[in-house]
Amino acid sequence: MAIEKTYAEINEKIRAGKAVVLTAEEVIALVEEKGVSEAARQVDVVTTGTFSPMCSSGVFLNFGHSKPRIRMQKVWLNGVPAYSGIAAVDAYLGATELPEDDPCNSNYPGEFRYGGGHVIQDLLEGKQIKMQAVSYGTDCYPRRELETYITLEDLNEATLFNPRNAYQNYNCAVNLSSKTIYTYMGMLKPNLGNAHYSSAGQLSPLLKDPNFMTIGIGTRIFLGGGVGYVAWNGTQHFPVIQQDANRNTYGPAGGTLAVIGDLKQMKPNWLVGTSMLGYGATLTVGIGIPIPVLNEEVMRYASVTDRELYAQVVDYSSAYGLREPGNFGYVSYAELKSGKITIAGKEVPSAPLSSYPKARQIAGILKDWLLQGDFYLSEPVQLLPSYKDEIVSKTLEIKGI
Amino acid sequence: MAPKKIILRFGKDISEKPIIVHLAKDYGLVFNIIRANVNPNKEGTLVLELSGEQYEQGLEFLKSQGVRVQPLAEEICRNELKCTSCGACTAICPTGALYLERPSMEVRFDSDNCVLCQICLKVCPVKAMAIAS
Ligand code: SF4
Ligand code: SF4
Repeated sequence: MAIEKTYAEINEKIRAGKAVVLTAEEVIALVEEKGVSEAARQVDVVTTGTFSPMCSSGVFLNFGHSKPRIRMQKVWLNGVPAYSGIAAVDAYLGATELPEDDPCNSNYPGEFRYGGGHVIQDLLEGKQIKMQAVSYGTDCYPRRELETYITLEDLNEATLFNPRNAYQNYNCAVNLSSKTIYTYMGMLKPNLGNAHYSSAGQLSPLLKDPNFMTIGIGTRIFLGGGVGYVAWNGTQHFPVIQQDANRNTYGPAGGTLAVIGDLKQMKPNWLVGTSMLGYGATLTVGIGIPIPVLNEEVMRYASVTDRELYAQVVDYSSAYGLREPGNFGYVSYAELKSGKITIAGKEVPSAPLSSYPKARQIAGILKDWLLQGDFYLSEPVQLLPSYKDEIVSKTLEIKGI
Repeated sequence: MAPKKIILRFGKDISEKPIIVHLAKDYGLVFNIIRANVNPNKEGTLVLELSGEQYEQGLEFLKSQGVRVQPLAEEICRNELKCTSCGACTAICPTGALYLERPSMEVRFDSDNCVLCQICLKVCPVKAMAIAS
């Protein structure tokens, strides 16, 4: 008989302390031993995890009102500008924002030692943050400037809202040119000197529910060490099944999530300020998503291995930057994790930018929360578009008037 | 005199020349090679323990041959609490002192293989690598 479980049934088991929860790594071994059907019968939830730099991240802040009041027009936190083109004392601090006096790449390759992501981590560590604001002054908001210190605790709200996180899959970046380049995929040595990838592969959330059968708006998740929710699809959500010129398929890619959660219950070791040499500052984000085993199909996808998941090899010295077609085909995550891949007949050392041990730890923490009844599944109010919706990405054309 | 620890750096033009043998042959110095590495760009790094009467003359000879000489007063260390085991340094570190352990994919640091090139200080995205003196 086909296996069908509902969210309510699984939550009831969690409440009773009887739910069977395995991480995406553990479930692979079970499926290899017992098969998909038996595994789907036994297991209620599969937990996933990822821990990677995710640039499209940031936090909405409400500072409370000073006396006299100010309608903040510009705001800086430890010298890093926050966007304040919203209500009087609200602002959005983006992870990649830099202090105005950062030398950036004028001192190539720039170090980008401190940015919005680092301010977020400092807030989580309870540090005092220097705040400055200026305004033009109004009849109802007379103050024109302020300088003070704030901590996370002092704020009314600090809502992490990341418009694009948890990329389903990512390129494997290489450098074909004859000089070292510095990219958001790290330092790439000349003449195919190294290859960098950035996915947890078989532990990564959107590779384990590739067709969005369970993940949707309202899905409760592990976010930055606390609890968060999927708010929407991420920006640039273009799920596809990867294909080469001969129509061979190479698994899913392209999906993204927008996520939201209360920063005040998150932890500094799961939201880490990050500096990419020669590229910029960002935030490394820890995300874990529980996948309810509603049926065998969900289990089949949740148990795919690194051998069946692929990254596209892309040249970052030219093709990527110029937005030109051309890639070097696909490599499996099993090959990437072995530390060596072969590109154009050359053996190239491969290394990750995404921490697999941390991804494993996140899947483990989420599993513990579920086993202890500290975390329940939420049924999405709406599922997200999948590759079947054939969303096509638009490009920006440069037009004269 | 007591042996001194020094780092020698060779550009690619001289990394294949037999320079070190002259330290013993012409200057009577006693040396012990602690670490040696040639990176893919053919630049060499050598960490030596060196002693002998004509120590200074030996160093002058090295410099005249285009070798950069640096005292080994420092050590690279990793802040284990900060390191996220992301792996971004592992294909960059020229000697494999920073490496991924498989299958756990934890990043390990073996300071015995470190040649103090300091590249990891720059590429580590969370600044987990530092110089300790
Ligand atoms: S300084 Fe860093 S990159 Fe250089 S050898 Fe030592 S550990 Fe490796
Ligand atoms: S780059 Fe830094 S954080 Fe990443 S593994 Fe190396 S030392 Fe650790």
